[in-house]
Amino acid sequence: MPTMADRIAGKLTAGLAPEHLQVIDESHQHHGHAGWREGGETHFRVEIVSPAFAGKSRLERHRLVNAALAEELAGRVHALAIVARAPGEG
Amino acid sequence: MSDINARIDAEVKANDVVLFMKGTPQFPMCGFSGQVVQILNYVGVPYKGVNVLEDQEIREGIKAYSNWPTIPQLYVKGEFVGGCDITREMFQAGELQALFEEKGIAVKQAS
Repeated sequence: MPTMADRIAGKLTAGLAPEHLQVIDESHQHHGHAGWREGGETHFRVEIVSPAFAGKSRLERHRLVNAALAEELAGRVHALAIVARAPGEG
Repeated sequence: MSDINARIDAEVKANDVVLFMKGTPQFPMCGFSGQVVQILNYVGVPYKGVNVLEDQEIREGIKAYSNWPTIPQLYVKGEFVGGCDITREMFQAGELQALFEEKGIAVKQAS
């Protein structure tokens, strides 16, 4: 079975055609905190560089990522840290 | 507008700065909420913290209200600013302080 990180990466690749994408499962860092569950796969960090973000505000970029992952965010994924850049930015 | 939407709408319009969070500004129950609390305290703006853990209706309703799937959520003058990452990035770039000043909200930043 694919991991949640794989699923997130798949959705973002399909939705935003990223030039760079890293999905990191940080669930272990949140052990025992609110939202933590047995088996993990609840807290993720996404670093994504996509042409889709060019000319868009931070809020618009995050909304694009959230929209691509709506199903996951409504389900098991409790928290998602997002770094979204357009190509050529910092 | 549903009842809960109207309640949230009234809340974000009645206070210049509102943070929907897990826990309270004194006792954040989640690291992400805690980060935004620290930033707001540092910038020195008055704000109202709304603990979504105490109100299931608000906890779900706020997500629909802003079309934003996670907590915390920061509102300034009735407008949704973002979650933890956006607030932190704006703070680090000086944009958050600029936003408050632009909206006429006094900041008393530690110099």
